[in-house]
Amino acid sequence: MADQIARANGQPPMLTVEGLKTYFFTDEGTVRAVDGASFEVQAGKTVGIVGESGCGKSVTALSILRIVERPGRIVAGQILLRRPNAKAPVDLALLEAEGAEIRAIRGGEIALVFQEPMTSFSPHYTIGNQIVETIQLHQDVGKEEARNRTIELLRMVGIPNPERRIDEYPFELSGGLRQRMMIAMALSCNPKILIADEPTTALDVTTQAQILDLLRDIQQRTQMSVIIITHDMGVIAEMTDDVIVMYLGRVVESGPVDEIFHQPKHPYTQALLRSIPSIFAEPRTKLPTIAGSIPHPHNRPTGCPFHPRCAEAMPGICDRHEPRLRPISEAHFASCFLYHEPEAAPPS
Amino acid sequence: MLTYTIRRFLLALLTIWAISVLSFAIIQLPPGDYVTAYIAQLASSGVDVTPEFAENLRQQYGLDSPVYVQYLKWMQQISRGNFGRSLEWRVPVLDIIGDRLWLTMAVSVSAVLFTWGLALPIGIYSAVRQYSIADYIFTFIGFIGLAVPSFLLALILMYVGFRYFGANIGGLFSPEYLQADWSLGKLWDLIKHLPLPALILGTAGTAQLIRIMRANLLDELRKPYVITARAKGMSELRLILKYPVRAAMNPFISTLGYLFPFIISGSIIVALVLGLPTIGPLLLRALVAQDMFLAGTIVLFLGILTVLGTFISDILLMWVDPRIRFERRE
Ligand SMILES: Nc1ncnc2c1ncn2[C@@H]1O[C@H](COP(=O)(O)OP(=O)(O)OP(=O)(O)O)[C@@H](O)[C@H]1O
Ligand code: SF4
Ligand SMILES: [Mg+2]
Repeated sequence: MADQIARANGQPPMLTVEGLKTYFFTDEGTVRAVDGASFEVQAGKTVGIVGESGCGKSVTALSILRIVERPGRIVAGQILLRRPNAKAPVDLALLEAEGAEIRAIRGGEIALVFQEPMTSFSPHYTIGNQIVETIQLHQDVGKEEARNRTIELLRMVGIPNPERRIDEYPFELSGGLRQRMMIAMALSCNPKILIADEPTTALDVTTQAQILDLLRDIQQRTQMSVIIITHDMGVIAEMTDDVIVMYLGRVVESGPVDEIFHQPKHPYTQALLRSIPSIFAEPRTKLPTIAGSIPHPHNRPTGCPFHPRCAEAMPGICDRHEPRLRPISEAHFASCFLYHEPEAAPPS
Repeated sequence: MLTYTIRRFLLALLTIWAISVLSFAIIQLPPGDYVTAYIAQLASSGVDVTPEFAENLRQQYGLDSPVYVQYLKWMQQISRGNFGRSLEWRVPVLDIIGDRLWLTMAVSVSAVLFTWGLALPIGIYSAVRQYSIADYIFTFIGFIGLAVPSFLLALILMYVGFRYFGANIGGLFSPEYLQADWSLGKLWDLIKHLPLPALILGTAGTAQLIRIMRANLLDELRKPYVITARAKGMSELRLILKYPVRAAMNPFISTLGYLFPFIISGSIIVALVLGLPTIGPLLLRALVAQDMFLAGTIVLFLGILTVLGTFISDILLMWVDPRIRFERRE
C-alpha cells in the first residue's frame, strides 16, 4: 500500500503505519487494542482518525510515540517515519522504548496534544517551567532563550498577556487557555507531525471552534502533518484532507475526505455517516451509536470484525474470512468483501 | 501566604497553651497526689508516717492550694525557665530531662531518616515496577516489618549481637563515654550507636510508608500529565522524580508532625529493652510515680514539639504544592 500511494503522488509519506498490532496482556486476557492497522500520513496534510470509543485510536497514537504502558506492547508491524536528511525511514516500532533515539523524536519530531486539558499539565509546576523544559530537552538553548521562545509561542497560540501567563500554574487557567498552552508546548520544537487526540472534546462549543481554528491556522503556517483523532464527523469534515476509519483496532476504510463523505464504501463508514443527520447543519454532533453493540475486546468476532453488526454481511464469507484493506480508487481503500474476493482459505 | 503563615503560627501558640493546660490536667486526674503515693511507698517499707508529716510535705510542694493556683504557679515558674523539681528525684526537672530530650530527638530523627531513606526509593520502585518480583519481595518483607512488634525485633537483634558478635548493642553510648562530658568523641560514639535503634524503631513505619508511597505513586502514574511528560521525550527516571513523585510526597510531609510523638510513645518498650536513655521510659516512670512536675514537663515538651512539627510540615506542604499555596493565599 505504501508503494502504491508513493507512486500515486510522487512523494513518499511522512509516516507509514503498516500492520500495527498493539496488545494488552491483562490478567483477564489479551486485549487486541490495535490489531493490524495500516495507514499513511502525507507531509503537510491533516489526517483524521475516526471510530467508535475503544476502537484503538488513542492506543495507535501512543504506539507511534512508543509510550504504550505495560501490560501493553507492540507485537507486530512497522511505524516508518521519514526524516529530512536520512535516506531510509526509521522504524519506530524497532526502537528501544526508553532509548535516546525515540526520546529525541518524542516531542521533537512528533508531538502530542490530548484530550484532558485539566490534567495534562502537572499542577506542581508553572506552565512556563513545563514548556521551557520541553524546549531544553530538544534544543541546545539556555534558560533565558527558552523562556523568550516560550513567550513567543504563547503569543502565537493566542494567549493574552503571555509575559505574565507564563508564570501561572495550570489550575489558574481556563480549559481553553490550557489547551492553547498544550498546543504551544507541542509546537515548541517545531515537530514534523502533531498528533491531536480529541483535542476539543472536553471544551465548550465556542472554545472548540477556536481551538480547531487555531490548529488549522498553525498547520497552514508551519506545513506540518497533523493527525487528528476524534469521534466527531463534523471535525473531520472541517479539518482533514484524508480520513482513516477504524473499527476494533483495524483500519476499515481510508481515503480523501471528499470521497469518504460522498462515496463511503465500507458499511461501517456508511453507518457512521448515516448516524449524523446532516454534517453541515450541526457540525459537532456526537456520533449516535450504530445498531448493535461493540464486541467485548476480549472476544472479537471471527472473519470480518464488523459482521455481527453489518446489514450487508454475507453469511459463509464475512463470518469466516478476514477482509483486507484494498484499493477502491487511487487513494481510497476499504476492507470489505463487497469490494474484493476472499483469497485465502478460512482459518481453521 | 505570609498572612496564612502568621495565622498558622498564632494558632500554634494557642494550641501550645491548650496543651499546657491539658498536660497539667492530666497530671491532676489520677486520684491522690505524689504525697499519697510517697506515703504509701514509705508505709509499705515499714516506715510509720504521721499525718503532720504528710501535711508538711503537701504544703512544701504547694499541693494544698486550689488547682488553678497550682497551674498558674507552674506556668509562672516555667516562664522563668524553672520547670520545678522532680518530687521523686529531688532535683530540678530540667536536670533529669536535659540530655534525654536531645537524645530522644536524635533517635527520632535518625529513625525518620532511616524510614524515609528506605521507604521512598523502595516505594517508588515498587510502584514503577508494579507486580515485578522485587515488588512482591518488598511487599512480603514490608508485611513482616509491620507484623513483628519492634520490641521483639530489638530482643532478637540484641540476642544475635550478643550471641554471635559478642557485643552488647544496647544503649546509646559505649561505657567509657557514659558519664563523660560532651565532646566530639562522644558525639561520634552516639552517631555510631544510632543506626540500630533507628532500624528497630523505623521498621514498622518504613513498611507502612512503602505501602503509602506505592499506592500514591500508582495513582499519580495514571494521571495524564505523566503521559504528557513522556510524550515530551523526558527520560523515565527524571520524569518520575520530577512529576508523580513530587505529587505523591504530600502525605509524607503532612505526617511529619505526628511522626515524633508516634515514635516516642511507640518506643517506650523498645527503649526499655535496649536501655536507651530517652524520654519515653522516664515519662512512664514519672506517671507511675505521680511525679507531676516531671511528667507535666515531659508531656508539655512533647506537645510543643508536635505542634512545631505540624507547623513545619504545613509550611513545607505549601512550599511543595502550589495548589495548597493558592487555596491559602488569603
Ligand atoms: N492500559 C490498558 N490496559 C488494558 N486495556 C487497555 C489499556 N489502554 C487501552 N486499552 C484497551 O484498548 C482498547 C482501545 O483503547 P483506546 O483508548 O485506543 O480507544 P479509543 O479509540 O481511543 O477510544 P475513545 O474514543 O474512548 O478514546 C480498548 O478496548 C481499551 O479498553
Ligand atoms: S466484509 Fe462483510 S460483514 Fe464486513 S463490512 Fe463487508 S459486507 Fe459487512
Ligand atoms: Mg481515546
